[in-house]
Amino acid sequence: MPALTFTDRGIYCAAGDFYIDPWRPVDRALITHGHADHARPGMGRYLCTDIAAPVLRHRLGDINIETVPYGATLTLGAAQVSFHPAGHVPGSAQIRVEVKGEVWVCSGDYKIENDGLSTPFEPVRCHHFITESTFGLPVFRWQPQADVAHQINSWWAACVAQGKTPMLGAYSLGKAQRLLTMLDPSIGPILTHGAVENTNAVLRAQGVTLPDTLHVTPDMTGKDHPNALVIAPPGALGADWAKRFGTVETGFASGWMALRGIRRRRGGDRGFVISDHADWPGLLSAIKETEAENIYVTHGYTEIFTRYLNEAGWTAAVVSTEYEGDSLETESAA
Amino acid sequence: MKQFAALFNALDQTTKTKPKVAALAAFFAEAPEADRVWTIAMFSGRRPRRAVTTTKLREWAAEVAGIPLWLFEEAYPIVGDLAETVTLVLPPADTVSNQGLTQWIDTIRALSDQPEEVRKSVIQDAWTQLEPTERFLFNKLITGGFRIGISQKLMTRALAQATDKDEAELAHRLMGDWDPAQTSWHDLIEAEDSAAGASRPYPFYLAYALEDAPEALGAPQDWQAEWKWDGIRGQVILREGQHFVWSRGEELMTDRFPELARAADFLPMGTVLDGELLVWGEDGPQSFNALQKRIGRKTVPKKLLQEAPVCLYAYDLLEEHGEDLRGLPFSERRARLEALCSALPPESAVRLAPQVPFETWEDLATTRLTAREVQAEGLMLKRADSPYLVGRKKGDWWKWKLDPLTIDAVMIYAQSGHGRRANLFTDFTFAVRNGDDLVPFTKAYSGLTDDEFRKITAWVKKNTLQRFGPVRQVTPEHVFEIAFEGIQASTRHKSGVALRFPRMSRWRHDKPVGEANTLDDLKEMLNTYG
Repeated sequence: MPALTFTDRGIYCAAGDFYIDPWRPVDRALITHGHADHARPGMGRYLCTDIAAPVLRHRLGDINIETVPYGATLTLGAAQVSFHPAGHVPGSAQIRVEVKGEVWVCSGDYKIENDGLSTPFEPVRCHHFITESTFGLPVFRWQPQADVAHQINSWWAACVAQGKTPMLGAYSLGKAQRLLTMLDPSIGPILTHGAVENTNAVLRAQGVTLPDTLHVTPDMTGKDHPNALVIAPPGALGADWAKRFGTVETGFASGWMALRGIRRRRGGDRGFVISDHADWPGLLSAIKETEAENIYVTHGYTEIFTRYLNEAGWTAAVVSTEYEGDSLETESAA
Repeated sequence: MKQFAALFNALDQTTKTKPKVAALAAFFAEAPEADRVWTIAMFSGRRPRRAVTTTKLREWAAEVAGIPLWLFEEAYPIVGDLAETVTLVLPPADTVSNQGLTQWIDTIRALSDQPEEVRKSVIQDAWTQLEPTERFLFNKLITGGFRIGISQKLMTRALAQATDKDEAELAHRLMGDWDPAQTSWHDLIEAEDSAAGASRPYPFYLAYALEDAPEALGAPQDWQAEWKWDGIRGQVILREGQHFVWSRGEELMTDRFPELARAADFLPMGTVLDGELLVWGEDGPQSFNALQKRIGRKTVPKKLLQEAPVCLYAYDLLEEHGEDLRGLPFSERRARLEALCSALPPESAVRLAPQVPFETWEDLATTRLTAREVQAEGLMLKRADSPYLVGRKKGDWWKWKLDPLTIDAVMIYAQSGHGRRANLFTDFTFAVRNGDDLVPFTKAYSGLTDDEFRKITAWVKKNTLQRFGPVRQVTPEHVFEIAFEGIQASTRHKSGVALRFPRMSRWRHDKPVGEANTLDDLKEMLNTYG
């Protein structure tokens, strides 16, 4: 029996009697990171990195949670388990499981580029590698973060010069904080939507350094804070909430913005191509560095990516899960 | 190319009209004159001839990208645009080019005489020198379709701003058969307009749909009514011993409708008529379905000419004795049109479209309901004192169409769209019930909101029964109301009918599949309205 198996509750380790990122209630859940499709409510016990734990508590409430630092090895039943940086969001991990010399790595969501906020991705050698493929097509190729930072700051400055308020739509956990660290505070103040600010507070409380932000309160208007840039979840941009800022320009920060059709459908003024998932070269280099021969593709362009891997010499298979990664539908709903 | 790429980015980075017009106007004021002419040409649907097939382009791009062709083909529908897919898969450029737009276009134009190896090396070499936006535009120039969300109207407005010329006059100058490679900025925009080509049509005046009751238009005696015909809007030009036929889409269709050559035998030179191109049968105008056989045929076999003869059903006179009449009131133009055309014999291929007399709006509303009996789609209302304007303008002309026919149908196949609709399932096939079977009878692409398209897309992904390439067969579960303008018998369709302008008018969440309409219902509609 392989060390990990794919069940209708999640990825299961029989030797250690635990699940990784399960989507149905189980007794023991090892969690790669705090996004809702990976960390779900209702588990008996949770195990995640010490850095990921505060966000899990914030999102899931009063849960029974154990933590472990990156790199430390735990023995769970007959399995050796350790957590390694996935570079996706602060505290996100690839979970390494070793049973009788057979090594599996479940990578959750990951990106290769060091974003300066999350502990950078580290390749982990293994026999079996479980990977996402959210952007598993050769059309996705990210630019360096510094280049995107320059684009966003130039946009901010141009909006200010025209008396407009730029509003940037981004996920409240991870992407929003990453953008915060990329912004140039000399242009003006940074205002945040409540959903973003709540996550900021959790991260600041655990010692993550973020630039100063101002929480947008109900009585605040655009005039109170000239030259400001606003960060909010994508769904808030078109809402009544945004009207107080007068003439706005909207921008979305997402890997999907690489595609012009999606950018136009969004109806925003600007799209900034930046993702917390690996791009095509990133996925391929990550897979190579694991030296794994068996690859399991959990979410994203699974069928296309798997076919490519098989033709390129790996033994790859699509695995059906309920992970969404950064799916287009959740993007639209968020 | 950098200047043109900067223009494209400025246009692409805003959804608002004003900054788009400003960016275009700045370009028309500053760019090299040849680049301006090509830009006008591209935004009015003129482009260099396609220099390579898209098949070759895909192969060459996959080769440079180092990916198998099948992977490129999988990525293309997801991106939704070929030029963009090529741009995205290629590795970053390694050199910089300062060649301008016109030089790149000249490079592309020179390709058509070259052997394939030369084309391939020129194109692959260009890819290594162009920034992503430039590369995208270069690929657009090669592949032909240059639709990037700038209407000709918007472009003309920007041109008017940049040159301080009248927008309507510019719109007229840009009409017709001019070749951007042979035309200078001076000739196109600045020169005295006397040298205008004989073939040049006038910009069409287009009507908006009437949403409210016609009473809101004021006194009925200020208005004139005509049937709204379901053919191709066309302009027939007789000048300098020649004749030209233009479609509303500014396509020169002279050779497709050879019948109209006879018009020159019966009408004087210096005449321009506006009307509807229709197939004329024994009992008058035929349905659009009859015209369908003639569209898309560049040369017409004799047999088809006899079976489906086309005429211009004329309803406006734009030029008489070489004089532009567009400033005259409609009633005056109409009177002159009647004087000119009422006595024409059938072989002239020009017929006078009748007016629909009425005393009161109630009268007219009753008459309108009989439109299908004369193969019309409804009525046109034209203010008697209205001049012939340029483009779609509110106020003087209205189309008052019949309410569409509707039928409730079951969705059975889904396919994703292109461009803005890439990654969304937007193209559907619908069926009616026939006993336990479902018989497909129409496709429809429009009518749903973006939100509904997103919902149905998520549903299609979870309810796919089978894939046939890009097409997915889905569980027959959802019923949609399909609205359409007409129904005709058709031997090309399994169901035996062809619909005119089908679209999804409503998602019938309230209807189970068992309550969708049947093939018998459809046949009955064919008997009643076909």
